[in-house]
Amino acid sequence: MDFLSASIVDGLLLGFVYGVAAMGLTLIWGVMNVINLAHGPIIALGMFGVYLIFTALGLNPYIGIVLVALLGLLLGVLIYYVAVHRVINAPHLSTLLATYSVNMMIIGVGTAVFSTSPRNVDFSLGSVELGPITLLGSRAVAAVAAVLVTGALYIFLYRTRPGRYIRAVANNRDAAELMGVPSTRILALSFGLGTMLAAIAGGLIATFFPFTILAGGVYELKSFVISVLGGLGNPIGALFGGLILGVLEGIIPTFMPTTWVPVLEFVLFVLILLVRPSGIFGAKK
Amino acid sequence: MNGLRKYSGLILAIVVVLALVAWPTINGKDITREVVFTMILSVALASSLNILLGYTGYVSFGHVVFFGLGGYVGFYLMAVQNWSLWPAMLAGGVASGTLAFFLGKAILRLRGGYFALATIGVNEAVRAFINNYKPFGGPVGLSLNFSVYQNYGGGAREALWLSFYMLAALTILVIIVSYAVRTSKFGLGLLAIREDEDAAEIMGVRAPNAKTWAYVLSAIFPGILGVLFFFKNGNIEPAPAFRLQLSIEMIVMVMLGGQGTVLGPILGGAGYQRFRGFLLTNPLFKNIQLAVAGFLLLIIVLFIPAGIIGWVRNRFPKLRRVLQ
Amino acid sequence: MIILQVEGVGKQFGGLQALSNVTVDLPQGEILGLIGPNGAGKTTLFNVINGVYEPSDGRIIFNGKDITGLKTYDVARLGLARTHQIVRPLNELTVRENVIVGACFGREDHGLAAAGAIADEVIEFIGLSVRTDQLAGSLNIGQKKRLEMARALAARPYLLLLDEVLAGLNPSEIAGMVEIVRKIRDRGITIIMIEHVMHAVMNVSDRMFVLDYGQQIAIGTPEEVANDPKVIEAYLGDPELAERLMSDAD
Repeated sequence: MDFLSASIVDGLLLGFVYGVAAMGLTLIWGVMNVINLAHGPIIALGMFGVYLIFTALGLNPYIGIVLVALLGLLLGVLIYYVAVHRVINAPHLSTLLATYSVNMMIIGVGTAVFSTSPRNVDFSLGSVELGPITLLGSRAVAAVAAVLVTGALYIFLYRTRPGRYIRAVANNRDAAELMGVPSTRILALSFGLGTMLAAIAGGLIATFFPFTILAGGVYELKSFVISVLGGLGNPIGALFGGLILGVLEGIIPTFMPTTWVPVLEFVLFVLILLVRPSGIFGAKK
Repeated sequence: MNGLRKYSGLILAIVVVLALVAWPTINGKDITREVVFTMILSVALASSLNILLGYTGYVSFGHVVFFGLGGYVGFYLMAVQNWSLWPAMLAGGVASGTLAFFLGKAILRLRGGYFALATIGVNEAVRAFINNYKPFGGPVGLSLNFSVYQNYGGGAREALWLSFYMLAALTILVIIVSYAVRTSKFGLGLLAIREDEDAAEIMGVRAPNAKTWAYVLSAIFPGILGVLFFFKNGNIEPAPAFRLQLSIEMIVMVMLGGQGTVLGPILGGAGYQRFRGFLLTNPLFKNIQLAVAGFLLLIIVLFIPAGIIGWVRNRFPKLRRVLQ
Repeated sequence: MIILQVEGVGKQFGGLQALSNVTVDLPQGEILGLIGPNGAGKTTLFNVINGVYEPSDGRIIFNGKDITGLKTYDVARLGLARTHQIVRPLNELTVRENVIVGACFGREDHGLAAAGAIADEVIEFIGLSVRTDQLAGSLNIGQKKRLEMARALAARPYLLLLDEVLAGLNPSEIAGMVEIVRKIRDRGITIIMIEHVMHAVMNVSDRMFVLDYGQQIAIGTPEEVANDPKVIEAYLGDPELAERLMSDAD
């Protein structure tokens, strides 16, 4: 029983971080109907960003994450203008391949620079004992950070003018344009926010897991699953989707081999797509 | 002469493949054979995918699942049940076709990005399942006993040449099927679905059925080819069998040559692999070949989305008859 | 002979009652004009008849067969073709290929060769011969409307639903299109046409059917309908239209 609750808590903490990664993917989908296939490599860049800032500059990883978030935002805006904007109204295939080409470029350059050998941020916050449960400090902080990021995103989307613009564009781009919303800039900003969230998630993961330049792929796939769980295009739903996935990952290994986890995850993913493509909470716009 | 003109699109396509096959046949070099093997394998895979992607307009991002599953089924029959290559290839094709049939009934209801996502999910689910499936060797996979190759012409080298010509014959078969679909009533229905599915249905096209059969057709050959590929390879493991990257490369090939045409995937498949080979062996690009390929993909997507054949067809409408 | 019976058909979208209790019998060979203010449910009625939507209530009987709830492609193959208010050409196919699709998958289920012959004949009839090898996406709006008609006709339907084929056309194009509609009827094809170009539809229709807020408010000859107080009232929201309606009836 203790083992079960410990592994649920572990999964839950990890779920918050998954949620942030998925939020980035789902935000971009919701606003512009683009599946960002460069999501994984950007998560990996977030990991390496924190790693480099920590090892080369000796800065605290959490300060590193703030810097990485900023760089992620800029990178996303750049990607939008270079690779996505021209095909934003083209059929899905074009945006899928355009973002995938960005994926190839990042992985190609990243592999050449960093190789594919594993790195880790040599950093620890110790752990806390809560009764039978041992909380790893860096995971607990990551979960808190994830909640803060979600709250900040919520406030940004619902309480600020650019946020309202983003929601207007997501709802109906043509109508938003007619009402004077600068839609191109808003799309670029949304893409930037999406990649920023991916980079933050990568940075948080780097504080407790070793990683390689290819490590983002796993989290990209998880982000797909979570986005669909929470309703594609619904950033707040993504947090709950992340928690569900995290808990599932905590519970499943207690009664069957860990290697079955991805089988169940992806079967669930396809089933939800078929039965409730709006996600188990329904898409809120 | 009239027949020649009527089938000029098909003849041109086959001539391209035959020319490729002739290259190692004439110079007799193993290395050339390997280069061309990769090229025509890509041609066959891209042409198969084109039936769904190019004709029907459905983006299957996880098409490699059929290559991997067919490969696994056939390989299991060869390695564990001691089947010979030919029936194993057939079984691989049947397995993939069957999966596509039932899968198609379910996921072809999804449109656009949702369908693409579902195909990725299916590939990952099957990969994860095979990773756990003991009869298929789990994460370790299966391998063939080296002595098996003696049944195919005497030794390993003969078996490799045999695989090569088998692949060539299969590739030509794929092209004939692709052409037959493109020029048939069934194919016209698919094109109508691609352009506007609801309008096509209102005109009487039974879209659910037509899509499913297009999916099945586009899955059978990758299944057969998977068996041949892993037979030649000697072993099979989950990671290379269900490599999502290969799926995406297949799409890139179709796109590069020109989706929805018979000749496009042939030029796209062969050209992509040739180019990749160049990058991989060129000292300047070797380390960043993936990035260079990504950059070129972006250029194509942004500036020539219709692909090479599509671009030529638009520039020179008179060539439409030949460049089908 | 009655070719189409709409029996007490209703359609609800969430809380919105788009159609309620619509009943009409259509004899073979008739042209029925379907009019009503915007949002009256005219296109919804078409969508319910040809299977895009399943009705919430009532039945649709076509040629003696209950087609309620059938898929659009099954309805099409029974000999019911339609055009769309917002044209839906298959852009990357040629005009001829578009029409061949109609012939191939329509009532007679032709092979490609026979469908080609029908397509050539229909394209000639509709007046698109010079455009036959052009991509459908490159046509102008008038030509696209003709293409929609040609595709529908190539299916050799018993019943043709025309959704605002005159909208957006200039006066000489309208005259040409009205002529085509008459000729189609002369071939024995029954027609329901939704139309806002009032003089044309009053001119060509045998009977008129008026919808308002999803309710049928009148049915009868063009004269009867134009003088029906309920119809005039329905159109009062648009006085200009009411005036045109009355003046065209004279």
